[in-house]
Amino acid sequence: MGLQVFWFIAIAVLWTGFFVLEGFDFGVGMLHSVIGKDDAERRALINTIGPFWDGNEVWLITAGAAIFAAFPPWYATMFSGLYLAMVLLLVALIGRGVSFEFRGKRESDRWRRGWGLALTFGSLLAPFLIGVALADLLHGLPIDANQEYTGTFWDLLSPYSIFAGLTFVSLCLLHGATFLSLKTTGDLSDRAHRIARTQTLATGIAVLIFGIWTQVTIHHGAFPDLLSTAAVLAIFGAGWLLSDRREGWAFTMTTFAMGATVLSIFIDLYPNVMVSSTNAAYNLTVTNASSSPYALKVMTVVAVIFLPIVLIYQAWTYHVFRKRIGTSDFEPAAEPAAH
Amino acid sequence: MTNLDLARLQFATTSIYHFLFVPVTIGLAFLVALLQTTWYRKRDDEYLRLTRFFGALLVINIAVGVVTGLVQEFQFGMNWSAYSKFVGDVFGAPLAMEGLAAFFLESTFLGLWLFGWGRLPERVHLATIWLVAFGAALSAAFIMAANSWMQHPVGYTLNNGRAELTNIWAVLTNPVFLWGYLHVLLASLVTGSVLMLAVSTWHLRRGSQPEAFDRTARLSLTVLLPAILFALLVGSHLGVIETTYQPMKVSAMEAQWQTCQPCSFSVFQIGGGKNDETPTKILAIPHLLSLLADDSWDGQVVGLNELNQQYQQQYGGDFSYIPNVFIQYWSMRVMAYLGCIVFLFAAWGLWLVRRKKLRTAKWFLLVAPWAVILPFLINTAGWMLTENGRQPWIVQGLQTTSQGVSASVSTTMIWISLTIFVLLYAGLAILCWTLMFRFGRKEIEPAPELGESGASEAAAMTY
Repeated sequence: MGLQVFWFIAIAVLWTGFFVLEGFDFGVGMLHSVIGKDDAERRALINTIGPFWDGNEVWLITAGAAIFAAFPPWYATMFSGLYLAMVLLLVALIGRGVSFEFRGKRESDRWRRGWGLALTFGSLLAPFLIGVALADLLHGLPIDANQEYTGTFWDLLSPYSIFAGLTFVSLCLLHGATFLSLKTTGDLSDRAHRIARTQTLATGIAVLIFGIWTQVTIHHGAFPDLLSTAAVLAIFGAGWLLSDRREGWAFTMTTFAMGATVLSIFIDLYPNVMVSSTNAAYNLTVTNASSSPYALKVMTVVAVIFLPIVLIYQAWTYHVFRKRIGTSDFEPAAEPAAH
Repeated sequence: MTNLDLARLQFATTSIYHFLFVPVTIGLAFLVALLQTTWYRKRDDEYLRLTRFFGALLVINIAVGVVTGLVQEFQFGMNWSAYSKFVGDVFGAPLAMEGLAAFFLESTFLGLWLFGWGRLPERVHLATIWLVAFGAALSAAFIMAANSWMQHPVGYTLNNGRAELTNIWAVLTNPVFLWGYLHVLLASLVTGSVLMLAVSTWHLRRGSQPEAFDRTARLSLTVLLPAILFALLVGSHLGVIETTYQPMKVSAMEAQWQTCQPCSFSVFQIGGGKNDETPTKILAIPHLLSLLADDSWDGQVVGLNELNQQYQQQYGGDFSYIPNVFIQYWSMRVMAYLGCIVFLFAAWGLWLVRRKKLRTAKWFLLVAPWAVILPFLINTAGWMLTENGRQPWIVQGLQTTSQGVSASVSTTMIWISLTIFVLLYAGLAILCWTLMFRFGRKEIEPAPELGESGASEAAAMTY
């Protein structure tokens, strides 16, 4: 296996890791004011992802940087082509990122509502835009012989890519609701559980349609590939497990569904990294867009050493904060040292 | 304004802004780790309270530092796609390494530190803040390695119109990187300790909790004095290195249009801008420029005009290779002069500490909170000196800035993004600094119970 292929896989894994991890904290962000009825409840919900979200987001940064290092033209064409979408994504991630730290720092309703909105809409917009972007890679964008994007902002929004964005939002909602039903107690857990169960149907259908649409888009017939099919089955499996309140296993299923959906995009994309809708000869591929063998070798050594270490300490973090969180931890009276 | 101007303006704005937060993170994380270590060793509860007090400031600052870093990571591709394609092979590697080796570490362990109070064993919890501090400092190392390659490209070969990495070791031992990184670390310690000093003296002046803030005032001064001294010395040596690799940068910062030997250092002048070759020198110190630029009493400094002719012959083109002289001249002086003021100020403070007069030193306590502005001005000036001095190159000698800009991004698009970022960043600055002021002026909270019986939610710095 060549290093170009290795790095294509590594990047697919980084994106998968990003969606699997940050996916549920996007979901929690979107749902925190739907499930949480008062401030104590909302704080409890936000604190389920408190120790994790920042580390989860680094998967996105590293995925972007890995594309830059391993496939510079891919990074250059994609990020400049998606310019305004990138600006929106950054605004969403910035608003959401600071909302975690800022929200609790003042005892004002307006302040907290404001940051709550930033959290909700940032968490909604980010997976939507990234979903659109990943679908665009596969669906094709107007790219010329110089690997320059020649379209406008609206060319990024094909029906297929918009549907992909919505599918990812739906997956994040399911993943987040399942996570919350697993990580909270009492009423909160019940409400999250109900939302997760309703959400399985919508998400299952969305992923199924997306799987079929993808195959049609790349002219591979009208049947979803193996991974998408498995994702759909996992989602319905999650619904069944949820009805038994086996939340840990349900979360395993939504994790699998999320990962399989992201991976299926990259599998269908290979050996291209960006499809040109102008002319197939202008496609960016793992061979014509890659860095030199030496650069890839250096990067491989670094990744092989550090990625397992990252996985170990992130897994340890999840182990340390494995306890369920209840509203009682955040009632005003029981809160002397928190801000 | 052209695309190039706008893209440069956006990069300058977002980078300068990002670097208001970075040195605070690096410096303050180190100081908070010191506070927690002292608590762990001495079991003095004042130190636990101080750890949590300054920890809260650190976290507010990190929030903005992290999200503005996202913009930095992505905007090379957005606005500088031709540059990204040209250098990705070399420049992308340190960025990806930063993510894998440093940023994951910093972010994950920050979560563990914030939420781990009373839940992790104390020794492990202490290790988490050190890993945060280490991750932050390591992060800067990779970024500086990437930046230094733009100042002085090494370990590469040109192939098919792209720079390809041939020797990662050369990139990581680039002299511009080693000295530049040391300079950034010291500047971060200066920034963090001046911030801690400002908050502490603000409280001391009001007599609020003097027992606690006396400790942090002394700690910050003890770190500050050597940090600023070495920052000045390392900075001066960096000047000598840059004379070797980027002579234009150094001649421009001295507004030295004609070659001189020996050269005097202009302390202050009027004029000397872009096309003004005969500035009115108000005060000049003989031989000092020779010493600064060449490390020798009679060293030669090649003038801008002669360098420009050399560059035109070497690289072709009939445009000027001279960067904006006014920015160079003044950013160097703002950085160096204010740096000297901080040094004198730190010496004054430490002298008061030795005489045990700090708590009653009226003037010092009045001035010290205001000193917090200085490191930010110094850091900004330092980056303007470095980055403006590289112009018109984006990678010294290999690619000009105008060649690096994205072809597919229109003027309107950059206007939109620039406006959005400026408004968003201004709003964030107001909110972040208001919070910093509020939390900096608060009373310190009582030490929480961190019993062995574990998880007291109240002890965790939860959201």
